[in-house]
Amino acid sequence: MSESTQATPAKDERVKEISGFRQALIRPELGGIVGAVAVFVFFLLFAFDSGMFNAQGVMNWSVVSAQFMIIAVGACLLMIAGEFDLSVGSMIGFTGMMIAIFSVTLGWPVWMAIIVTFAIALAIGALNGFIVIRTGLPSFIVTLAFLFILRGFTIYLPQTLERKTIIGGVKDVAEGDWLAAIFGGKILGGLFQWLGDAGIIGVFERGTRAGEPVVDGIPMLIVWAIILVIVGHIILTKTRFGNWIYAAGGDAEAARNSGVPVSRVKIMMFMFTAFCATVFATCQVMEFGSAGADRGLLKEFEAIIAVVIGGALLTGGYGSVIGAALGALIFGVVQQGLFFAGVESSLFRVFLGIILLGAVILNTYIRRMITGER
Amino acid sequence: MKSFVTSVAIAAAAMTAPIAAEAGGHEELSYVLVSHAPDSDSWWNTIKNGIALAGDQMGVSVEYRNPPTGDIADMARIIEQASAAGPNGIITTLADYDVLKGPIMDAVASGVDVIIMNTGTADQAREVGALMYVGQPEYDAGFAAGLRAKGDGIGSFLCVNHSIQQPTLVERCQGFADGLGVDLGNSMLDSGADPAEIKNKVLAYLSANPGTEAILTLGPVSADPTILALEENGMAGDIYFGTFDLGAEIVKGIKSGVIEWGIDQQPFLQAYLPVVVLTNYHRYGVLPGNNVNSGPGFVTADGLTLVEQFAGEYR
Repeated sequence: MSESTQATPAKDERVKEISGFRQALIRPELGGIVGAVAVFVFFLLFAFDSGMFNAQGVMNWSVVSAQFMIIAVGACLLMIAGEFDLSVGSMIGFTGMMIAIFSVTLGWPVWMAIIVTFAIALAIGALNGFIVIRTGLPSFIVTLAFLFILRGFTIYLPQTLERKTIIGGVKDVAEGDWLAAIFGGKILGGLFQWLGDAGIIGVFERGTRAGEPVVDGIPMLIVWAIILVIVGHIILTKTRFGNWIYAAGGDAEAARNSGVPVSRVKIMMFMFTAFCATVFATCQVMEFGSAGADRGLLKEFEAIIAVVIGGALLTGGYGSVIGAALGALIFGVVQQGLFFAGVESSLFRVFLGIILLGAVILNTYIRRMITGER
Repeated sequence: MKSFVTSVAIAAAAMTAPIAAEAGGHEELSYVLVSHAPDSDSWWNTIKNGIALAGDQMGVSVEYRNPPTGDIADMARIIEQASAAGPNGIITTLADYDVLKGPIMDAVASGVDVIIMNTGTADQAREVGALMYVGQPEYDAGFAAGLRAKGDGIGSFLCVNHSIQQPTLVERCQGFADGLGVDLGNSMLDSGADPAEIKNKVLAYLSANPGTEAILTLGPVSADPTILALEENGMAGDIYFGTFDLGAEIVKGIKSGVIEWGIDQQPFLQAYLPVVVLTNYHRYGVLPGNNVNSGPGFVTADGLTLVEQFAGEYR
């Protein structure tokens, strides 16, 4: 896209003219924007004084949304490239466990454990992609196999090595590690201390942390989510590679014929999805200090749901990273907000289903308006 | 300990009537119970009924929350959410000490009183700053069951673990093995939570290891399909069968002699007592000076009437 938009190109009679307003309004993210506004209005009305919008509450749903965002960015790009990855949740459990095993059980330095784990994850992502490309099997099936394989190892390895399914103590060995801080640290601590001292946000009332602000910084998890969204958005919309992603998912055969390296694009997207899952897992392990065999269950569907709420097409070739990020925000705010609003928690899935259905219907109409299909 | 439990229960019952009557005059107290159980775990129904009853009787509002898939990291977010909403107290489990201690300590520091129930230990509860611990120490319960089985002449066993990710369930098996004085080895079967799968895996294990003398199941999720498996291969009533926790099918099994004993950790007390304790602490400033062991209580074929009547509801 960047190549074709030099200066102002001469008027092309093949391109239909669209008014600026319509162009600005009708975009893949529109459904996500409308949904996000609706969700916030709803919770402002029904849960305003429940603590949802104080510092702790905002941090709570922001962190949950950021978690969804990290895996949604990967799932979004992969889905636009026309493939699925159902092994995201298992990958989260697996990579978290590998970091814990390397650093705690084997005693490696934490930075090395993280780097080696990322390398393993990328290799598995590449293997996923390679099998899909080579065999021509649906990625649905291939990655479903990896869902089981990775989850199996996540249970087997710690059970064999340590006779338990949760490995703790990562926090102690990660103390002072430079790379661990990039995943588990917090930034802007001074600002929040100042906000707490100034009485703008609440402070702890008792215990050893009395006087400290209830929110003591922005977790790196949120920083990672924002960076991944921005980078993903730029790659997808401003680079040639981004066009290749759309092309590979839209019509792989046509893309191949016009010189797009479809196989390479798809394999790289599988690797990127694995990368995002590993970022999620690393942040989680560093924050909580332990890895468990049950981490990440069903996260692959949560990623896909966020992407679909954000307007991407399940069949590939259409979607946006900003949309996926908004989908993740909607998902996170609804999930935590229902708790704040005091809704019976067993009804959570009912609301989730309704929102998913509503978002998909809305997005379908928007897409038809954009593409003109009937 | 047992007399202490009884006295608390009696005190609670005695105080119930007047408080319920005058509850309108009190400021509204609200408590949240956060469990680690996935939606699919029916055992927690007793917990839900327990807090609902305590909430009614004490005239306070109670809520039950859980991570839908049982992911403990999601549970940590729910605890953070609960403390942001600012209830008077949080009742929660310590399913993974490393993960949950941070959010729980933050809740305590921001002025929410916490009671640890079900999973965890008295020591861990004290370390996170909780008021007390109400539950059954899992390893000890498994160990007691192992000793009992050893006394009945058992030397080998199969432990059907329906949720192998949960360290507490592994502890039950480990305790049982240590009580028997045998190595756990591969006696623990990772059965998954699907009833058909559990049944078939148990059948397969028993035909591959015909010398197995005893079966230990860890709750209704694994016990119910195991009963079916034993009925199918004709070992029901013949093989030594013990289980953790109770449920309608387990009670039937105990009655018909298929199951030797059930270890009741009395989840009702784990849900009911914390609400009662917290309410009285917040209204009158009184607090029992010790932790409460709600179990293990062995339920055998003797004296099943009440258990049978309330199995799955309050038992």
